[in-house]
Amino acid sequence: MSAEPRSLARRLFEPASIDSQAPVARVVTYALLFLWALVVVIPLYWVLITSFKGPGEVDNGPFYLPFVDFAPSLQAWDFMLVQNYTLRPYMNSVVVAVASTLLAVLIGSLAAYALVRIRFQVKLAAVALFLILLTAIIVAVATFGVRWEIAIVVAAALFIIALFTLVGRTRLAVGNNDIEFWIISNRIMPPIVAVLPIYVMFQQMRLLDTQVALIATYTAINLPIVVWLTRDFFAGIPLDLEESAQIDGASKFRVFFTIALPLVRSGLVATFLLVLILAWNEYLLALFLSNVDAQTMPVLVSAQNTTRGPQWWNMSVLITVMIAPVIVISSILQKHIARGLLVGAVKG
Amino acid sequence: MPAPLSRVMMTATDTMPEAADRRSWAEWLDGHSGRIMVLPAVIVLLCFAIFPLIISAYLALSRFALASGGFTLKFIGLLNFRKLLVGSQQYHLLGKFGTFGFVQSALLALIAAGLLFLLARYLRRGRPTVVGTVGRLLAMAMAMGLAVLALATMAPGGVPGTVVNTLLYVFVGVSVQFALGLGLALLCGQPIRGRNFFRVLFFIPLMVTPVGIAYTFRMLADMQKGPFAPLVRAFGISEWSWATEAWSARLMVLVGDTWQWTPFMFIVLLAAIENQPRDQVEAARLDGANGFQIFRDITWPAIAPIAATVVLIRLIEAFKIIDLPNVLTGGGPGLATESMTLHSFISWRTQDLGGSAAVGYMLLFISTIVCVSFFNFVVRPARRFEA
Repeated sequence: MSAEPRSLARRLFEPASIDSQAPVARVVTYALLFLWALVVVIPLYWVLITSFKGPGEVDNGPFYLPFVDFAPSLQAWDFMLVQNYTLRPYMNSVVVAVASTLLAVLIGSLAAYALVRIRFQVKLAAVALFLILLTAIIVAVATFGVRWEIAIVVAAALFIIALFTLVGRTRLAVGNNDIEFWIISNRIMPPIVAVLPIYVMFQQMRLLDTQVALIATYTAINLPIVVWLTRDFFAGIPLDLEESAQIDGASKFRVFFTIALPLVRSGLVATFLLVLILAWNEYLLALFLSNVDAQTMPVLVSAQNTTRGPQWWNMSVLITVMIAPVIVISSILQKHIARGLLVGAVKG
Repeated sequence: MPAPLSRVMMTATDTMPEAADRRSWAEWLDGHSGRIMVLPAVIVLLCFAIFPLIISAYLALSRFALASGGFTLKFIGLLNFRKLLVGSQQYHLLGKFGTFGFVQSALLALIAAGLLFLLARYLRRGRPTVVGTVGRLLAMAMAMGLAVLALATMAPGGVPGTVVNTLLYVFVGVSVQFALGLGLALLCGQPIRGRNFFRVLFFIPLMVTPVGIAYTFRMLADMQKGPFAPLVRAFGISEWSWATEAWSARLMVLVGDTWQWTPFMFIVLLAAIENQPRDQVEAARLDGANGFQIFRDITWPAIAPIAATVVLIRLIEAFKIIDLPNVLTGGGPGLATESMTLHSFISWRTQDLGGSAAVGYMLLFISTIVCVSFFNFVVRPARRFEA
């Protein structure tokens, strides 16, 4: 409004308009953001260029620029990928991550849909009875040497009898929210608590060190996340479409697969990507459950850490091939993956 | 409700006996569809969470020994826990207690006073319930116990064990990550160009395999051959190694963890900041409010519930840390960087299954109480405040 010229200080420290920044503030903002950008990029850059180095380039002090201060070579790549068979752990990782993610998304979204749309009433007494009998089976088998087939049959019989006699008289019941909370709260459990029995279980089934064991376990640990995220997507779609389909005689499954799932497509993509990357990066369970045949990339890298630790060039190749696809996916589909995180955080 | 209606229609159109047979089966399926839909998830979780948890509890209470042609399990009650808490493994789990000096006592008194103040406020305000009071007492006991442990083992002469290491990763790590993530989100939330570029770039570390991060930071921190070697040489400390000293090794683990997890805080908080009421911010600017005032009175209240939730999610995951210390330092020097999960893993490798399960259960115990307390006393009030 006033025509008086603004002093230099005011021009530097005050914004020109309401939705812009003062020049000084802008410079500071960009400086800080670029600083963090460097923090993000430098480690990744270092891994990438180290993979093109040889023993000489690594041991004779740091070299920073390929072609300028050292001559890049594909030696390490040739050694790790062609001479040493890295392909198998890589394929293991791909198969395990994709299969377990598909399973987790399928099972989890089915459960989430049912929990959103259908009212559940489970008698608290039935749940308690089930847990008591399960504990009793374990104690009986482990301490008293009862054969497990017999224990299970007896427990099942007791459970069914009690279900039709005693349980029906009780009042207390758990509803949808309780079931949902239970499913999601499984994520709080540190996997280390569960992994020992899972290890023994697969050992007994002779499934240790197979992809099946890893797929099943990963499906289970990622299931809570899938339920947590997809329930909000399903809760967000209008009921009318599903109702009219049901009046036309479609079953709930049909409604789920042909109407509900397509409607939450983008949410499913977000969930799928997030879970896929979690499964791809998983370390602890793979460490227990895989050894040679089913070894995944994170386990391979950590195992080579002890033998090839000083061979930076070879390790860098392994790490590059392990993180490259993830970086590509997350850069291109950042919006989708972030959406999954956001739904989780906002709705909680 | 549509379900009974469709059932009526189905039975009305059934005339052929064969079709009726098939229909009734389909009808049964439809009638129980809810249970059938939830069943796979429940079965999977029973097999991989509940069942293992019960067996783990049993393992934690027994002694496992390899025997000819298999193994033996002997029920020994709480001996595993006793060994860890007061026996031969106490040094490993809890650490060595130092001498309690004036600083430690003062800090402890301060924490106790703070907790008592919060409890008193709860009791005096509104109506205290039995569950609420018990929950608060439990949370207070846990907080006090962990505070005493942390202070005592970090006092002069003390050596922190795996519990304190884990707490360090959880509380220091999550605080630093939250502060950095919030700072970056606020910067990125300014009216600047290239926001999407920064968003995509800053997001990347979150997706990188922790094992890869660990090895990468090992290379970066190398004093002789790493990229910062010339800098280190300039300071004349290239003979020194971070891996041989407890606190520098812990710091490295924290740096790696922070590099990975700051993006998580950043991405969620940035979205929250973008959703804050624009008109209020502009009105405040017109009224001459400065940046800090806008943050305190508009931005923070708008993002507080989301901030509380991301911290909760991060807390849950932070307790499980193993990859970084295992690859970066192997838990060393000594036990300096060993987390509880790594402790449990190492016990398992030495065939001490009972001890391993007991450590796992302690971790479950601590992380559940901390996370549930955080949910009840921080996340819930933050959300209620918004509503």
